[in-house]
This record gives sequence, C-alpha cells and structure tokens, in this order.
Amino acid sequence: MHIVVCIKQVPDSAQIRVHPVTNTIMRQGVPTIINPYDLFALEEALKVRDHHGGEVTVLTMGPPMAEEALRKALTYGADRAILLTDRHFAGSDTLATSFALSQAISQIGNSFDTPDIVFTGKQTIDGDTAQVGPGIAKRLNLVQLTYVAKITSIDLSARAITVERRSEGGTHVLKSELPCLITMLEGTTVIRRGSLDDALRAARSEIVKWNAAEAGIEDITKCGLRGSPTVVKRVFAPTPREQKAVQIDTTEKRVHDIANELVASIFTHQPALQHELSSAGSA
Amino acid sequence: MDFRLSEEQEAIRQMALDFARDELAPHAIDWDQQKHFPVDTLRGAAALGMAGIYVRDDVGGTGLTRLDAAIIIEALATGCPAVASFVSIHNMCAGMIDRYGTDEQRQRLLPKLLTMEVLASYCLTEPGSGSDAAALKTKAVKDGDSYVLTGQKQFISGAGESGLYVIMARTGEEGPKGISTFVIEKDAPGLTFGANEKKMGWHVQPTRAVMLDGVRVPAENRLGAEGDGFKIAMGGLDGGRLNIAAASLGGAQTAFEKALAYVQERRAFGKAIGEFQALQFRLADMATDLEIARTFLWRAASALDAGDAEATKLCAMAKRFVTDRCFAVANDALQLHGGYGYLADYGVEKIVRDLRVHQILEGTNEIMRLIVARSIIGRK
Ligand SMILES: Cc1cc2nc3c(=O)[nH]c(=O)nc-3n(C[C@H](O)[C@H](O)[C@H](O)COP(=O)(O)OP(=O)(O)OC[C@H]3O[C@@H](n4cnc5c(N)ncnc54)[C@H](O)[C@@H]3O)c2cc1C
Ligand SMILES: Cc1cc2nc3c(=O)[nH]c(=O)nc-3n(C[C@H](O)[C@H](O)[C@H](O)COP(=O)(O)OP(=O)(O)OC[C@H]3O[C@@H](n4cnc5c(N)ncnc54)[C@H](O)[C@@H]3O)c2cc1C
Repeated sequence: MHIVVCIKQVPDSAQIRVHPVTNTIMRQGVPTIINPYDLFALEEALKVRDHHGGEVTVLTMGPPMAEEALRKALTYGADRAILLTDRHFAGSDTLATSFALSQAISQIGNSFDTPDIVFTGKQTIDGDTAQVGPGIAKRLNLVQLTYVAKITSIDLSARAITVERRSEGGTHVLKSELPCLITMLEGTTVIRRGSLDDALRAARSEIVKWNAAEAGIEDITKCGLRGSPTVVKRVFAPTPREQKAVQIDTTEKRVHDIANELVASIFTHQPALQHELSSAGSA
Repeated sequence: MDFRLSEEQEAIRQMALDFARDELAPHAIDWDQQKHFPVDTLRGAAALGMAGIYVRDDVGGTGLTRLDAAIIIEALATGCPAVASFVSIHNMCAGMIDRYGTDEQRQRLLPKLLTMEVLASYCLTEPGSGSDAAALKTKAVKDGDSYVLTGQKQFISGAGESGLYVIMARTGEEGPKGISTFVIEKDAPGLTFGANEKKMGWHVQPTRAVMLDGVRVPAENRLGAEGDGFKIAMGGLDGGRLNIAAASLGGAQTAFEKALAYVQERRAFGKAIGEFQALQFRLADMATDLEIARTFLWRAASALDAGDAEATKLCAMAKRFVTDRCFAVANDALQLHGGYGYLADYGVEKIVRDLRVHQILEGTNEIMRLIVARSIIGRK
C-alpha cells in the first residue's frame, strides 16, 4: 500500500490581520502551519498504513521554507517527504498547482511505488478554492471521492474502498475501486502526536527536493505564473451587511402563525416567487 | 563553539512544547486547585517516549542525553512545572535502574516504567535526615536470600500512587559507605504510606511519608552492590538537579511571557503600564536572567554528558543559580500583574508556589553551595 498525501503550508489564519486601510492581508510575522484539512488527511493515511502496511509519502509544492511543513508531517509518522520547489512554480493558481502536483505524483509512482490512494485536504484556509484535489484526480484519471469524513473499510484483495462522504442533509456511503483520490474533511479523527523517536527521525530524515525537471515536468509553460490564467483583481475584507438577523419570540404566538407571517413577508419582497410556487402547485 | 540547538534538539523541544501547550497548560490551574495528580496525562507523555528519556533503547527507552532531558523538562514545565518535575523524578528512577541494574533487572522493571503503567518514586529523605542524607537510618538486614527493611522515608513525591519505590537503606556501617539501594513494589507486605501532605505548591503531585515495617525484599531487587547505594543515589541526583533547574526555567519563562503580555494591556495613569521605563527595565532584566540561566544550564548538562570531572560542581551551580533566579523572575512576573497576579485565575501565583520548592529539594540551595565550595576549596 502506497499513499501520497498532498499538504500545503499556509499562514495560521487565526493570527492573520487585514490591513485596515489598504485592505490587504498582513502576512508578515504570521507563523505558518500545515493546512488543517491536510492534517486530517495525513492522519487518515497513517491509520490506513498502520492497519494495512505500506508507506505514506507527503508531498508539497512551495518555497524552500515549506520544508518545515514536511518535517512536521514526518514527526507525525509519515515515511517520506518530497518538496517540489522551483522558481518556475511561483505564482501558480489552482490550474498550475494541480498540473505540477499531478506530474510529481506520477514521478513518485516511477521513482518509488504507484500510489493506491492520493489524499488532499478538502480545501486550504488561505486559497480556499477546493479545486486542487479534483484537478489532480482529473489529470491522473483517478476516481475522486470528495468531502470524505471517514474511511470505513479497505479491502486490499478486492482493491475496494468504502468511505463516508458528508453532503448537505446527510451522508453518502460510497464504495469505489483503488486507486482513487480522496479530499478529506475535518473528519472524526483525533490527530496523533508524534513521539520523541518520531521527532528525532524527522530531524534526521533527508527531504527529497525536486525541481520541475526532476518532477518529470517537460512543459514549463503550464507552471507558475505562465500557466496560471487566474487573475486576483482585488482582495478585501467584506463589509458586514446592513440587514441584521431578526429574533422571533415564540412564547406569545403559535409557530404556525409565525411561519405564515414569514412566508407572507418573503412574498412581498419576491412576488415572482409567489407566482412560480402557486403555478407549480396548481400544475 | 556553537550555542545553537541541533536540528534534533530543536525537534524534540518543539514536540515537548506542543505537548505542554495542548495537554498541560489548559488544565494546570484546575489540577492545582483540585489537587489532581494527572496520571492519564503522564501516561500520554510516556507513550511519546518521555518516561525513559535516558534509558537505553534495547528495552524501549529513548536513549537521549542529559542535555536533551533538560530541554524536554524545560518545555514541559512551560505547561506545568510540577508535572514536569514528576516526569523528572520518574526518569531519574528509571535512569538509575538502567544504569546500575543488571540486565535481568532492566528487562523486568523498565518496560512498565516506560509506559508509566507503573510510576516510580525516589526515597532518600527521612524524618531526621534531609540535607545530611548519608545519616539515614532505615535499616536493611540480610536474611537468607532477602533483606528485611525497617524505617521511614519522608517527603516522598508520588508516594501512595507510585508502583515502584527506589529506596536507600543502611546495610552496613555508619555514613555513606554503609548504604545500599533497593527497588520495592507497592504491594510488598509491611509497606504503608502517610497522609498526603498539605503544602504550598506542587499540588498536582502527592507527597507522603513511606513506612517500612519489616518489608521483605528479595536480593534480586538490590540495585548495584551492597554499600554502593549512596553513590547510586547521588549519581541519579546530578541529572535530577539539572531537571529541577529546567523545570524552574520553563515555569519562569511562562510567568515572564504572561507578564510581558499583561503590561501591554493593563493601563494606569493614561497609558499601558508597559510604557513605564521602570517596568521595561524589569522585563529586560527578567529576559536576561532567563537567557543566562538557560545558557548555563545547557553548559552544566553538556559537562555531565561528557563525563567532565567538574560535572557535579557545575550541576550544583546550575541547580542553585537557575532555581534562585527563576523563582525571582516568576515572583517579579507576579508583581507586574499587581493584585491580579495574586489571584489563581492568572496562573502566575501557582508558578511562584511551584517554583519555591525547587530551591529546597534535590539538595537545598545551601547544600549546592556546600558542594561547590568543597570542590573549589577542598573538603575540610
Ligand atoms: C487570498 C488568495 C486568493 C487566491 N485566489 C485564487 C483564486 O481565486 N484562484 C486561484 O486559482 N488561485 C488563487 N490563489 C492561489 C492559491 O492559493 C493557489 O493556487 C494554491 O496553490 C491552490 O489553491 P488553494 O489554496 O485554493 O487549494 P485548494 O484547492 O483549496 O486545496 C485543496 C487541497 O489541495 C492540496 N494542495 C493545494 N495546494 C497545494 C500545494 N501547493 N502543495 C501540495 N498540496 C496542495 C492540499 O491537500 C489542499 O488541502 C489565491 C491565494 C490567496 C492567498
Ligand atoms: C514537596 C517536596 C517533595 C520532596 N520530594 C522528595 C522525594 O521525592 N524524595 C526524597 O528523597 N526527598 C524529597 N523531598 C525532601 C527534600 O529533598 C528535603 O526536604 C531537602 O533535602 C532538605 O532536607 P530537610 O527538609 O531535612 O532540611 P534540613 O536538612 O533539616 O535543612 C534545614 C535548613 O538547614 C540548611 N542546612 C542544612 N545543612 C546545612 C549545612 N551544612 N550548611 C548550611 N545550611 C545547611 C538547609 O539548607 C535548610 O535551609 C521533598 C521535599 C519536598 C518539600
């Protein structure tokens, strides 16, 4: 069993401030952490490994200082860490990021062992797009299981995996073949703590560093700024809405009356909706 | 010379700091108030390798140095100095068994200490002998294949909760050469415990007298040779003293950081009190003292690791200096909090209470001066 976990080093959003005048994010001096969802992905990967054997490789694309995040991942018990770093990757959007990561994952397959599962977090806490996981799956032609809260079982001989996927209003139980890509939610798992031995091993480990060529990337124009059609025009802190939520006192009135009043007030704001609904009702 | 930590030391420090931040600091005040001994949390620390820091790895120990241990204990103490100190005492006992025990003893006793399924207590002090430890009176009389122990130990940390007691007792002549070390399990007939002492600090761990009334100990539970007990007890203490100093350092560091944050928030006379130069100078001195204490502690620990002939002197110097300075820093931190520093909720008075005893135990700071003086002037 070989599992690749993609992790991203992100600024600790709890400590980020938005500049009151320029409205830009003030990143200076903000400590970095591993994207929280990626930690849940890592924990899930380690559990699968501990149960079924094999290896966990952590992969990140980032500047040289992203090595810190990889070392941290090693202290949790990951077996191998790969840093994808090259000035050609600077300025990547989700398209370029997914491209570079998928190439690197193929290279990991060539150099070590073909992955049975690729994990990403559901989304990051800085970019927040939730696009990179699916982007990798598409490029590697992997079945994608998104918003997974839990892996319920893995049957290695049948090469099958069952997961719980959280969605609005319920839980999907999905069964799929391996290999697959999973984007991980916060999950139900408690994240383990590395031991002193793990900390020592992490400090002693070599981090594998690949530039674009070493990651098997031939077409540099698909990387970094050049490969990124996205333009971030402006980043700003949204102004709070004028409208405030209304608190309704239910002790005086019957719930049924309150509901009727609410529906009536919605219809005064949206007459078209009333029309649509009544014609749907009569049809 | 390079005063930076290695990457490995930085990694273990970070790991212990994380543990202290997540598992100790949030509960420290409550545990202190409830006088709760957090055995589950200790076992959590043990699962991460912190119960056999200098035990060799053939029995599952972590096999680190005294310097590494000082780094770990300081980090733990940022969360709770009294928990860190118990971790130190347990490690001291495990280290003694590892160093002086036979292979059979190591295999038999260490695995359960390493998980902290069984906790260990160090029993040297007696009601009539503290500083003058070599005057201890607990007797161990050989009887066939075993020894029979009778006497009383005083102020024993963890007593009543611990499963294993490392006990110094007299097998021969008066003085240090007539002492041997024994390992006794909690359920040994004749072993009983006094009431949990009411004390100023260290509320998170029990302190009790240990009574031995004809406790029969098989000879295979004697650690080292007959008559080597005092040497073994003192061998454990050099490292123990470094750790007690490290525990003071971690506690004082936290008190300092609390004060640093507080003076920037608290306002008086129209400004943050941190803008008064008198307080800024105080903070500057506190920060300087912490740096000096840390640098010298590492120096003493390195000497002990290197087997330096001066190590015992340096460890005594470090224990005295670091525990004194750090108590003063913590007390200053309380002062900078004004009346709020005296309230339990702020967590500073607890640190002051906890750190006070570090100037007394594992050899009082007067005895540390005695050791230093003897080593520079010669024994008179
Ligand atoms: C304020 C801000 C706004 C941005 N807006 C946009 C935008 O609108 N469009 C756009 O395309 N880009 C945007 N970016 C850039 C974006 O951060 C990067 O493209 C990033 O590499 C991937 O996008 P994401 O962070 O949203 O990842 P997501 O798709 O949210 O991440 C999902 C998972 O993919 C994996 N992953 C993501 N990045 C990496 C990596 N570098 N290495 C390893 N694994 C990784 C992780 O497992 C992660 O949990 C923005 C960045 C910032 C800071
Ligand atoms: C909370 C707590 C936990 C403890 N845990 C343990 C434990 O786990 N195991 C254990 O074995 N012991 C433990 N002790 C005991 C501790 O080590 C002793 O209290 C300490 O060694 C001092 O001994 P004493 O109390 O008998 O004081 P004494 O030796 O009676 O000293 C009284 C005073 O006289 C001073 N003094 C003594 N001799 C000299 C001298 N020659 N020159 C100058 N001054 C001198 C001392 O410094 C002190 O100020 C603990 C104590 C406390 C308070």
